[in-house]
Amino acid sequence: MTLRERLRQKISAAFYHHGLLCASYPVPIILFTSASILTCCYPLLRLPLPGTGPVEFTTAVRGYASPSHNPLGDPVERPDWYRGPPVAYIQQVLVKAAVSPWGSSLLPVDAFRPPLGQVFTLLEEIRNHVHSDSSGVQSLEHLCLQVTDLLPGLRRMQTVLPEHGCLLVSPGNYWQNQQELFDSDPDLLKTVQKHEPKGLHTSATLRDLLFGVPGKHTGVSHYSKKRVVTYTITIALSTYDAGFLGSLRARLKQLHPSANCSLGEEHMVHVHFKEEIGIAELIPLVTTYIILFAYIYFSTRKIDMVKSKWGLALAAVVTVLSSLLMSVGLCTLFGLTPTLNGGEIFPYLVVVIGLENVLVLTKSVVSTPVDLEVKLRIAQGLSNESWSIMKNMATELCIILIGYFTLVPAIQEFCLFAVVGLVSDFFLQMFFFTTVLSIDIRRMELADLNRRLPAEAGLPPPKPGPLRPREAPPPPRPSPHTITLQTPAFRNLRLPKRLRVVYFLARTRLAQRIIMVGTVIWIGILVYTDPAGLRTYLAAQVSEQSHLGDPGGGGGQPPHLGGMAPVFPGGDPAKALSVLPAREATPLPENQSQRHLAPGRVQEQPRGPPAATQVPWGAEDEEGWRRLSFRHWPSLFSYYNITLAKRYISILPVIPVTLHLGPQEAPETPRHPQDARLPPDPIPKFSSPDLQAADLTLYKVAALGLAAGVLLVLLLFCLYRVLCPRNYGQNGVSHGRRRRGDLPCDDYGYSPPVSEISPLLLRGHSMDIECLASDGMLLASCCLAGQIRVWDAQTGDCLTVIPNHKLRRSSSSGCWEQRGASWDGAGGACDPESLGCEGRDPCVGGDSASEDEGGGFPFRRHAAPLRPPLFTDQPDLTPLIDTNFDSRLPPSSVHAAPPRGAAFDYGGLVERAYTEHEPPSPAAYPSPSYSSSPPTAGFANCRRSPVEAPDRGFACGPPPAAEWEGSVWAMELRGNLIAAGRSSGKLQLWDAVEGSLRCSNEEGASGITALAFLNNRIVAARLDGSLDFFTVELNKPPGLLQYRGAPGRGSMPPSPCYSSDDLISCQLTRSVLCAHQKPITVLRAAAGRVVTGSQDHTVRVYRLDDSCCLFTLQGHSGAITAIYIDETMVLASGGQDGAICLWDVLTGSRVSHVYGHRGDVTSLVCTNTCVISSGLDDLICIWDRSTGIKLYSIQQEVGCGDSLGVISDSLLVTGGQGCVSFWDLNFGDLLQTVYLGQTSDGQGVRQLLVLDNAAIVCDFGSELSLVYVPSVLEKLD
Amino acid sequence: MSRTLTAMADSTPGEYGSEPGPRPAPGPYISAVTNRTTNLVIRGAMLFSVGVFLALVLNLLQVQRNVTLFPPDVISSIFSSAWWVPPCCGTASALIGLLYPCIDNRLGEPHRFKREWSSVMRCVAVFVGINHASAKVDFANNVQLSLTLAALSVGLWWSFDRSRSGFSLGVVIALLATLATQLLVYNGVFQYTSPDFLYIRSWLPCIFFAGVITMGNIGRQLALYEHKVALEKTHQD
Repeated sequence: MTLRERLRQKISAAFYHHGLLCASYPVPIILFTSASILTCCYPLLRLPLPGTGPVEFTTAVRGYASPSHNPLGDPVERPDWYRGPPVAYIQQVLVKAAVSPWGSSLLPVDAFRPPLGQVFTLLEEIRNHVHSDSSGVQSLEHLCLQVTDLLPGLRRMQTVLPEHGCLLVSPGNYWQNQQELFDSDPDLLKTVQKHEPKGLHTSATLRDLLFGVPGKHTGVSHYSKKRVVTYTITIALSTYDAGFLGSLRARLKQLHPSANCSLGEEHMVHVHFKEEIGIAELIPLVTTYIILFAYIYFSTRKIDMVKSKWGLALAAVVTVLSSLLMSVGLCTLFGLTPTLNGGEIFPYLVVVIGLENVLVLTKSVVSTPVDLEVKLRIAQGLSNESWSIMKNMATELCIILIGYFTLVPAIQEFCLFAVVGLVSDFFLQMFFFTTVLSIDIRRMELADLNRRLPAEAGLPPPKPGPLRPREAPPPPRPSPHTITLQTPAFRNLRLPKRLRVVYFLARTRLAQRIIMVGTVIWIGILVYTDPAGLRTYLAAQVSEQSHLGDPGGGGGQPPHLGGMAPVFPGGDPAKALSVLPAREATPLPENQSQRHLAPGRVQEQPRGPPAATQVPWGAEDEEGWRRLSFRHWPSLFSYYNITLAKRYISILPVIPVTLHLGPQEAPETPRHPQDARLPPDPIPKFSSPDLQAADLTLYKVAALGLAAGVLLVLLLFCLYRVLCPRNYGQNGVSHGRRRRGDLPCDDYGYSPPVSEISPLLLRGHSMDIECLASDGMLLASCCLAGQIRVWDAQTGDCLTVIPNHKLRRSSSSGCWEQRGASWDGAGGACDPESLGCEGRDPCVGGDSASEDEGGGFPFRRHAAPLRPPLFTDQPDLTPLIDTNFDSRLPPSSVHAAPPRGAAFDYGGLVERAYTEHEPPSPAAYPSPSYSSSPPTAGFANCRRSPVEAPDRGFACGPPPAAEWEGSVWAMELRGNLIAAGRSSGKLQLWDAVEGSLRCSNEEGASGITALAFLNNRIVAARLDGSLDFFTVELNKPPGLLQYRGAPGRGSMPPSPCYSSDDLISCQLTRSVLCAHQKPITVLRAAAGRVVTGSQDHTVRVYRLDDSCCLFTLQGHSGAITAIYIDETMVLASGGQDGAICLWDVLTGSRVSHVYGHRGDVTSLVCTNTCVISSGLDDLICIWDRSTGIKLYSIQQEVGCGDSLGVISDSLLVTGGQGCVSFWDLNFGDLLQTVYLGQTSDGQGVRQLLVLDNAAIVCDFGSELSLVYVPSVLEKLD
Repeated sequence: MSRTLTAMADSTPGEYGSEPGPRPAPGPYISAVTNRTTNLVIRGAMLFSVGVFLALVLNLLQVQRNVTLFPPDVISSIFSSAWWVPPCCGTASALIGLLYPCIDNRLGEPHRFKREWSSVMRCVAVFVGINHASAKVDFANNVQLSLTLAALSVGLWWSFDRSRSGFSLGVVIALLATLATQLLVYNGVFQYTSPDFLYIRSWLPCIFFAGVITMGNIGRQLALYEHKVALEKTHQD
């Protein structure tokens, strides 16, 4: 025992114990795990939330000094980005200019042209300002931020943005800072609008940049009610000189004093910008995330065989995610601050940690034997995989360790995170996921237990042996599957994925809800971001609330009226026209604060004559830049290829400048000749800004409409693709059979243990099995030799053998005697040895008898060489050989035997065997005695491949005697009675237990092709198309007739038990002579109805009680080959035309009609929700019963059997070449293939019966195979 | 341990094996296409598009390193390199992706290691990660960068391929591609920022190698479907 093995054992044992622990105490362990996850994630709370919004930090202006690069550990709490000088100091000069008093001679354009014109003088003033102190002379040129070229893409902005000089922007930039250009500009607004981007604009526009205040607040429009023009002159300074700025401020204030201005000058605000993720960075990131999701999808798709697939997938993802969070949390706890971009490395971390272990664990646990206890299963599964898990983990740790020694800081950090993540992932797998898995498995077991509880409760264990008393046969076992069959309402057929998606959408109305929510959110965003909208309104409300308590504020008045009053001089006609309702309804904050500042004036203003307009200054002007987009500064700087990401700027307190322009001054400012023309149209909505706004809205609406239209079309297309039934079944899973020895195995070298179902082979028949009948407890089979055997369906014991006495007797008494004469006439030349030799291989004899008729004893020379396996598929004729030669001594008429006759003529016997063995093809019968067996090609029980037909040059013997009974063509079993219909037209009733013939009816002459035995009635369909109804009667008082109580079995009516003492008679009650024009091919009886299908393309429905024909169903265009009817009165029929019809038995109307097969429909079964059909094209189709839509189809191998059986609503059994296959009906998955014999290429399974105890019986050559369905299949949900 | 793993890999039953048994029917997507050439074209087209997409994205990653945060035009930066680079990458990846399964066939040693889409996705993610690291992580010097990338590439091969043919093919193609790039550089069609090792960027072969392994992985996985189709067909015949 090497060290490795010992280690392996240790690990395995440890995992085993761990698994036991986890499965035993699931709840405490999950609680513990959750607690530890939360604890480890707790340090994450201290990390800043990710976001791209700027962060502010305010310091006092007084005593400001640029922060140093290395913080000196000062106690003052300052953010860690606040070190080093800022990119720029922003000094804004906020100019508010108004023309007052407003004269009636003034044009609307006068409201902003003169104030804007003042910017040039102000600019001049600022540029030329010089501050001289002890340190020297400081001018703006020295202090300001020098910028170089604009970015190459911004050539069109070259005219308006400064280049190669101070970064100083103002509205004057529109006119290149030249007064002349301004004066000669015919339309100022047009110049301003010219540079606006068309369409939607999200961030800072040029107008915002130059004016420095949001566009709505500038007041530069024809219809500004306030006639106050606001703009800023923005100066970016590279160095902070308190002296220069102070003197500039003083100078400007002195020149243009602002009377009511109380703006604070104490604080400067430092704004730090995060790194913004541009689209260029976003694309790789999104790609990695898409790959990550694909990885997760493909991984979790492999989880299988559990109760809740989604739950486990979720648990797996939660495991990985929380292990990552834990790793980050732990790293922060130990002082490792993550410097990497979490969003970027996250996908790689997930990929490195991986979901493999989780999947391997699941697979391993699921594949443990299901009959074990849950905790043992978990423990076994864990310990099975322990070695590979540990090995993988060690490998990954090694790789990461190697990565750690690359000594690259970023990679080291990644590796550190990955190591901690791996360890915590291992921890979570072991505790969290294992426990979740155990809970899941337990749930599955519980569900399973619930399902089979009634079965176990009502299970009488004593097996009915062969010696059971006939008088009191044991009550039938309540079948465990009746429960399953009756409660499938909630176990609906699992639809194909696309349909499920559609149904889910339809059920939850998800699409509508998403659209509604999206619309609401969109409207909300629109309302909120609209500058004139909710936000300002809310702000106004807040400020109003705060001022409500002010007694002098004129609280009773509507606030905006009071506020408006000083701004609007009365009697202005233009004002009345230009007022927009929305604007009026929106209280403007300026007015609020203005009222607050000058409460006393409010009352008298409206009455007084238009006095000088007060330019309002409010608190919001103090930090007017806040109203700008937060991308304002980054975009301004980005024009010059200066990034603000991870850097900060310092915004200095604004310098307020108030300009009062008298009405006499205003015209002094040279008007442009075209100004008088303006505005061309006084109606506001045609005016330029409103037009612009309308334009924008139009754009928005158009874009949204277009997008919505495209989306709608795409959606409809997808819906069409999803719903289009033409491709149904194409996408369905189709499976071939798994080859023997080709076990499922994944790529981790892991294969689940094989739980082969070993079929129970019932041997005894010497020839191929022809008929199979069962009533759940007993199983009757009839082979080609005519031997009927009765088996116990539970144990497989052979109870009774009913040999074909009649056949033998008739043989010996009939033709055999004649042959015996010739035999004897040969003078005993034939020694018994040769016969014995031939007896061992009779078919050889058959052939040689036909070929070598002339030879005396030709058998010997053929016997040896022509042994099987050449003739393995020939019928075994052993039982036909009667070696009891003494019993048939020739009584009479010895033929003078010619040499030819000396050969024993096997012809008659062998031919009979062959006729039973192979399909009686119409032309192949030379003997008139077989006239009663006309074409029966469609017979379900007479299918044989014609390949086996040998040369039929038989020495034609005389016709068999009339009392030859013929072979059994149909058999039914009810209670103790076996009803056997023979080819001779006889109907015989046998006691199944005793093996005695109870009754025989020989009224019909035509062979019975199909039998139905229901209650006490037997229906026999004959070859000539007639239908006979028999009644089984007991010649005893009916009080003695015992009923086998079968309360639990609703599907089967109580069948009377006939004791051996009773005299049973079987009387023909009615014979429908011409039920069909052609031979009846199928006969089914259920629910008091008898349904026949015939080659004349029709299906007829008879009532069982009075044998009255209820309906003749026409709809097929070929012979009927399959019919299904059950107690729920569902009737399905399939024909040679490949069509399947569903009928309503009550009304006789056709419910649906589908074509599913190329060739005959060979078999039909219905469950509560679906119809399953198989055809000659080796296709199994599953149809929705209510809609007739094909759900999916399974392509089987060529030449596989066509027998079908449904065990429960989700389990389908099909017979194949030497095997039976189990399918999951919900998904169409092949669950298991059970091989019946040693050689997989044996005979096909032609008949398949599903017994009530979840066993299936099928014929397999001359053997019967009893397959108990393993419980694992039942566990599938 | 390596032997165990290899044995483990070998013991997995042949998804791709020489025994043409009845295989499960083809996947739902390619199953409709049974024509072999059509299948080949479809696979080539898929590989081509994957190659183009990866080339664009990875190029963007490389470009970011030298570009400002606020590129004037994002779209132009996507196509910042020459227009013919993405199609070339696409063609190369299509060739490689078709070549790998072909060589597997010829050598008669089918690739059996981790044949599933989740593993392929993992491989692609690691490949993008290698590119990401080479673009974003600041290494002390170029030797360190190259060594790290080489180790990562070999690790990629070990994790997702482990076939000798894959390794040798990857090395050969990486060398050829490096040579081709070098020729282009000499002719002035293309330029590096700075050659550091024998006139080339030393990380280039590593990236090429990882790319070849990745595309080969995808190609093999795609070929799995075709193989199933072929098997199905022979079976039906």
